[in-house]
Amino acid sequence: MAHSTAARRARQSAKPSPDALAEEYKSWLRQMMVIRRFEEKAGEAYSLGKIGGFCHLYIGQEAVAVGSIAALRPDDYIVCSYREHGHALARGMSPRTVMAELFGKAAGCSKGKGGSMHLFDAERNFMGGHGIVGAHIPLATGLAFAAKYRGTEQVAVCYFGEAAVNNGAFHEALNMAALWKLPCVYICENNRYGMGTALERASAIYDISERASSYDMINEVVDGQDVLVMKNAMDRAVERARHEKAPTLLEVRTYRFMGHSMSDPIHGHYRTKEEVEEHRKRDPIAVWSRKLITDGLMDEPAVRALDAEVTAEIAEAYEFADKAPDPEPGELFTDVYKEDSVSGEQ
Amino acid sequence: MAILTYRDALNAALREEMRRDPDVFLMGEEVGVYQGAYKVSRGLLEEFGPVRVVDTPITELGFAGVGVGAAMAGLRPVIEFMTWNFALLAIDQLINSAAKMRYMSGGQVGVPAVFRGPGGAALQLGAQHSQAFESYYAHIPGLKVVMPATPADAKGLLKSAIRDDDPVVFIEGEMLYNTKGEVPEGEYAIPLGQADVKHSGGDVTIVCHSKTVSVALKAAEQLAGEGIEADVVDLRTIRPLDHETVLESVGRTHRCVVAEEGWPFAGVGAQVVDVIQREAFDELDAPVVRVSGADVPMPYNKHLEKAAKVDPGKVVEAVGRVLYR
Amino acid sequence: MATQVVMEALSPTMEEGRLVEWKKQEGEQVAAGDVLAEVETDKAVMELVARVSGVLLRQTVKAGQTVPVSTPVAVIGAPGEAVAAGNGAGAEGAKRAAGAAPAESAAGTPDRSQAPAAPPGPPPAARTSATPAPKAATAPPSPALSPSPAPTSAPGARVKASPLARRIAAEKGLDLHGVQGSGPEGRVVLRDLERAAPVPPPSAPAPRAAPLPGALQTATEPSRPAPAPSPIVPAGAAYADVPLTQLRKTIARRLVQSIGPIPTFYLTSEADMERVAEAREAMLDADRPTSGLGSEVKVSFNDILIKAVATALRQHPACNAWWQDDHIRYWADVHIGMAVAVEEGLITPVIRHADRKTLREIAAEARDLAARARARRLAAEDYTGATFSISNLGMLDIEEFTAVINPPEAAILAVGRIGPKPVEHDGQVALRRRMRLTMSCDHRVIDGATGARFLQTLTGMLENPLAMVW
Repeated sequence: MAHSTAARRARQSAKPSPDALAEEYKSWLRQMMVIRRFEEKAGEAYSLGKIGGFCHLYIGQEAVAVGSIAALRPDDYIVCSYREHGHALARGMSPRTVMAELFGKAAGCSKGKGGSMHLFDAERNFMGGHGIVGAHIPLATGLAFAAKYRGTEQVAVCYFGEAAVNNGAFHEALNMAALWKLPCVYICENNRYGMGTALERASAIYDISERASSYDMINEVVDGQDVLVMKNAMDRAVERARHEKAPTLLEVRTYRFMGHSMSDPIHGHYRTKEEVEEHRKRDPIAVWSRKLITDGLMDEPAVRALDAEVTAEIAEAYEFADKAPDPEPGELFTDVYKEDSVSGEQ
Repeated sequence: MAILTYRDALNAALREEMRRDPDVFLMGEEVGVYQGAYKVSRGLLEEFGPVRVVDTPITELGFAGVGVGAAMAGLRPVIEFMTWNFALLAIDQLINSAAKMRYMSGGQVGVPAVFRGPGGAALQLGAQHSQAFESYYAHIPGLKVVMPATPADAKGLLKSAIRDDDPVVFIEGEMLYNTKGEVPEGEYAIPLGQADVKHSGGDVTIVCHSKTVSVALKAAEQLAGEGIEADVVDLRTIRPLDHETVLESVGRTHRCVVAEEGWPFAGVGAQVVDVIQREAFDELDAPVVRVSGADVPMPYNKHLEKAAKVDPGKVVEAVGRVLYR
Repeated sequence: MATQVVMEALSPTMEEGRLVEWKKQEGEQVAAGDVLAEVETDKAVMELVARVSGVLLRQTVKAGQTVPVSTPVAVIGAPGEAVAAGNGAGAEGAKRAAGAAPAESAAGTPDRSQAPAAPPGPPPAARTSATPAPKAATAPPSPALSPSPAPTSAPGARVKASPLARRIAAEKGLDLHGVQGSGPEGRVVLRDLERAAPVPPPSAPAPRAAPLPGALQTATEPSRPAPAPSPIVPAGAAYADVPLTQLRKTIARRLVQSIGPIPTFYLTSEADMERVAEAREAMLDADRPTSGLGSEVKVSFNDILIKAVATALRQHPACNAWWQDDHIRYWADVHIGMAVAVEEGLITPVIRHADRKTLREIAAEARDLAARARARRLAAEDYTGATFSISNLGMLDIEEFTAVINPPEAAILAVGRIGPKPVEHDGQVALRRRMRLTMSCDHRVIDGATGARFLQTLTGMLENPLAMVW
């Protein structure tokens, strides 16, 4: 049986070779750098008016997306909130298509009709980008339901912030996942602030992970600034979901260095500059590159060169998005329904 | 032709579609062990098992979202709301998730789900349990809204709704479940977006849907006794609306009454009137008159409730007005 | 101290009374016991008697008005006593009847000081008998729609009309200003166009060309001069709406209760059709050698019947009417509806001014309407506005039958087949071609004798066709 101890040990012992592992570790650094440079460029584009509406940046939380997605298979499902640029990039979506979507261009992953909060890639089972806090959590439960219904080994992963856990949708979705034993991993990225409200002011219980006990669900608290720690925790949760059909709630403690969105100040009134500075000391990219250098997998010049390469790639993606054409006017009425014959013209 | 109740016609549709397509499953409160709050799903758990007939906790928002998620993965869920009054809790999933998914994703991810259950009033259920919300959902691009009035239509339309690749809001009626009617034998499905003329006549058009269809037919009978022949147009699908059938009828009769169960402000009837005055202005010999539920929360008292509802007398009186009698 | 005079219940079952005529005028001295007015009750004309003495200070109900029992109708009091302003109906009524347009009167309460000076008697046109004065319609100057009631809006002003009425009026070249609207706030709607029975465009009144030798009459618009006006309908008016007398109301009410929506009775007659047949054959023979319009259109028995009926109606205008619930409309013109069987049932296209058209014109029009009826290409104006209808089942070998009246018309004539029967003729039994006619009459409008006299005239015309043109 798939979930027996022997089978689990067999899987665990099938570790990659040291070289493969080194490459994997370096790839995580690269991915985090991609996300960081992308988000910085997106912030710049927003200030220049090239990105409109809302833009929620992931800076400081990169290790969570990279570490957790590294544990997934291509056919696993991912559902995110609106702060999902990092997850989309970590999933393998190209910076070009993501930037083009932020710019609202036809070459964007959602044809320019979704925007920052609605990035989708059906081929990669990246099921969005959702704007209503907490409302996407039942969707992940539903995707997990489908996997179990079909008898596949797929897992559904849901990312949300700690402010979503007070939401009714969170409660209903986790209850059903536990009740029906669905292959789900719920990842709460606890960056301590729901927009401008500190967690202590919004939650009767501070430790998010304790919520899982309401559903008799396995839970873990994870240091989200260390990508390897994140990956290992995710491995355990994914294994449990895939082979035991049991959901897990991971409370991942992380920190966002920017404001809630581009419309918010970096620290505003709800946190101090000193606090932000303190957390910057545990910048996940800095943490990981230090480890790679310490372990001898890379040296400083290599890290800098990697960063330069990534920066150039992002700059190119920016140029691509900037020059890409807008959607055709007729696109206004397409994709409302499957057959365009019943479009928006009532 | 068999004579079936509306309820059994729905049951037959579910059964046939679940046999036909393994991706179809039913989820909702009391749909399995209890055999359905209104017995629409009677016997389905026994035939298809608990994986395909899923009882849920009382969590409309949650299980509507689960339905959307499952549909995003390509399954075809039929999500039952015990009544559409309770589905208000799930409206975020229907509107912000289901309706918008295909558009937001640039056409990549669809939601082939059906959300069904009884809507509108029954008898003395009070203000929170008597609401007709079809115009809320008909307002949303990305949703389809279907409301059958007869057993034959119920079966044919539910089958089409299940096969449809877009999210369908399927509103039945507690007061309709026991009604009987002829249902064709064998396999048939009725396309969405097509109205049906339930009684032909050349003197006045009466546009109606769901429970007001039988009201309109009773009014038509009364009017026939006075020498007035009504063309009763049952919309069947609210969104997309069948303009053609309505306009063809008004083009012949030159006068129209629109009857609906819901409240008047921004109701379905308002949309019908807009279509008629926009597209058939020169055919009208009188303004289009609407008959709707009273613009109040539904009262409990039996007589007040009756006064709040649409009845044949009100339709006949409205017909009189458009005929200048 | 002023005393109210009220409409009294002058019979045990009286619910309302119609004030026929004031016998005492405002300002006159009355003594208790004097007759103040004549009042028509549900049964007869009674006298309303003063119960106090004094001066008749005010008549608050005018002659011709019907009011429920207990309604104040007058005030009697001391001379010069102040009386609360009434509705001033008396003086206004006099102003109206003097021939002002019946459009909304702009005046408020009329000048009180004038009231006693001008004799506020009943309107000049009224008769003192029980029949009430008809509310006549005056002819407007507009030529486009000659016999029609006074317009509710002056030419140039905006007319309220339904979109459908506008479209049809535009298609037909009708001027909406000339049409009386029966919808809310005077809106002109489809049925008003149907009732307006529009005259063809201004080219119609042109004089007829002199007949060519051996001429065949072309089927032009009816341009012969209008015949003598109906005695009930004033000259120049399209119709006269006659309020119901109390007697009529009672008859209507009781008969409806006993029979149904339309209290119908039936009159049967049989006409000797030999002379009509001979005349028709002679006409057909005359047409045959020549080519042209005439030979294409054969005049049928039905066409002759239509002409005869239309002509007879001119002599019996009481049968050329519509029941209108609270009044009867007597039409000045004659428009005959002829029942045509179509696939789905029955429709009745209308031949307008049938009395003024020649037999050939009627034949051509009847043929065209029947063909269009069967092809479902009749427009609303083609099958509405009949003042009298005919249904002919003779071609289906029916001997006689009773037809159903087309409301709001007051009668319909059902005609059977023409066939040889043995009858008395010149003292012997002979086989003569005979035809049975049955007239269904709405008893609220037509009484037995009225209908019978019409039928008698009609039968006489059929038996002696020249009577049609006398």
